Amino acid sequence: MAEINTDKGGGKKHSKKPKGKKMSTRIDLTPMVDLGFLLITFFMLATTLIKPQTMEISMPSKDKVPEEEQSKIKASKAITIILAKDDSIYYYFGTRENDIDPEVIVSNFGPTGIRQVLLDRNASVMAKVAQLRKEKSAKNLTDEDFSKQLSLIKADDQAPIVVIKSTDNGTYKNMVDILDEMNICNIGRYAIVDITAFDKELIQNRKK
Amino acid sequence: MCDVAFLLLTFFILTSNMVQVEAVKVAIPSSISEIKILETNIVKILIDPQGKIFYEIDGQEHRMNLLKKMGEQYNVTFTDKELREFSIVPSFGVPMSAMKSYLAIKAEDRSNKENLLGIPCDSTDNQLKYWIGMSLAVNPKILISIKADQSTPFPVIKKVFGTLQDLKQNRFNLITSLEENPIR
Repeated sequence: MAEINTDKGGGKKHSKKPKGKKMSTRIDLTPMVDLGFLLITFFMLATTLIKPQTMEISMPSKDKVPEEEQSKIKASKAITIILAKDDSIYYYFGTRENDIDPEVIVSNFGPTGIRQVLLDRNASVMAKVAQLRKEKSAKNLTDEDFSKQLSLIKADDQAPIVVIKSTDNGTYKNMVDILDEMNICNIGRYAIVDITAFDKELIQNRKK
Repeated sequence: MCDVAFLLLTFFILTSNMVQVEAVKVAIPSSISEIKILETNIVKILIDPQGKIFYEIDGQEHRMNLLKKMGEQYNVTFTDKELREFSIVPSFGVPMSAMKSYLAIKAEDRSNKENLLGIPCDSTDNQLKYWIGMSLAVNPKILISIKADQSTPFPVIKKVFGTLQDLKQNRFNLITSLEENPIR
């Protein structure tokens, strides 16, 4: 394979002084190229280029908070989303008032499903966020300022509060998808809560 | 040609990271979140579609200390050989009662079905809670992340979330793949 070409080249046969051996220094590089590509193949197979992303969530603390310190949410601002079998979603606004049950509506994960509902409810925040995005590109806000203002907008008192519950038939994908919708729709205040008997009853009544 | 080959080689070495061997393959859901996951000081709780729980923590030193502590908790003494063996196991999912026999078998056989038992996480025997608690004691800087399969039923997720809440670890990460934001 890699040999050094040692033939003398067409030297003059009849010259008196024997010329010093003319050595060609060209080396055959083919094996090295082979090796290079072999290593490339190895690295392509043994490594990954994509780094997984992560979604940060905060769960409510399980510590008991005294009744008077609990922040009561306004029923008119609350949206309860219940994840059910086969990627279906039930949602209702508010809670039971004067013995009248809130109307439970069926929805889905499509773009016209739950997202549209949340976007409509959260329209004022969405407008502010869009404004902020524009400002960011125009005035070159730093990322730090941007995220600070974004969280201020999201903490708006008038913004809806979403309570996420899942039946035992829900899957992890449903959970991540709904949390993702919270990010897409810029909803700052949401919580994952265990399903209550009241919710189960509402769904039962609806099915009848 | 040779130059190009080695240029490509350099590129691949620098931009990529090694594939980690995990006890189970999970299909992770996608989200619009763009936060990159950290490489070090991370604990991964892997959950397979059947709801079996596996555990992964980085750092050989941390792993050895962790197993020692877990052994004390469950009255199992591990030999140095077993500790060393454990320090090179990337991810595992066996109850403490089966840990000794798990470490005794060959590395190739560990991914066999009968050896993927999952870590118990029930209210009567919540070993996951101890694993996480001990990991925090061994390395307080660790970040807890959950890597679960898309079709994992919610009750299992609830159990894991509940365990983390019990430990007052209310902030954690869900590992997802990237998806484009439909609104922007």
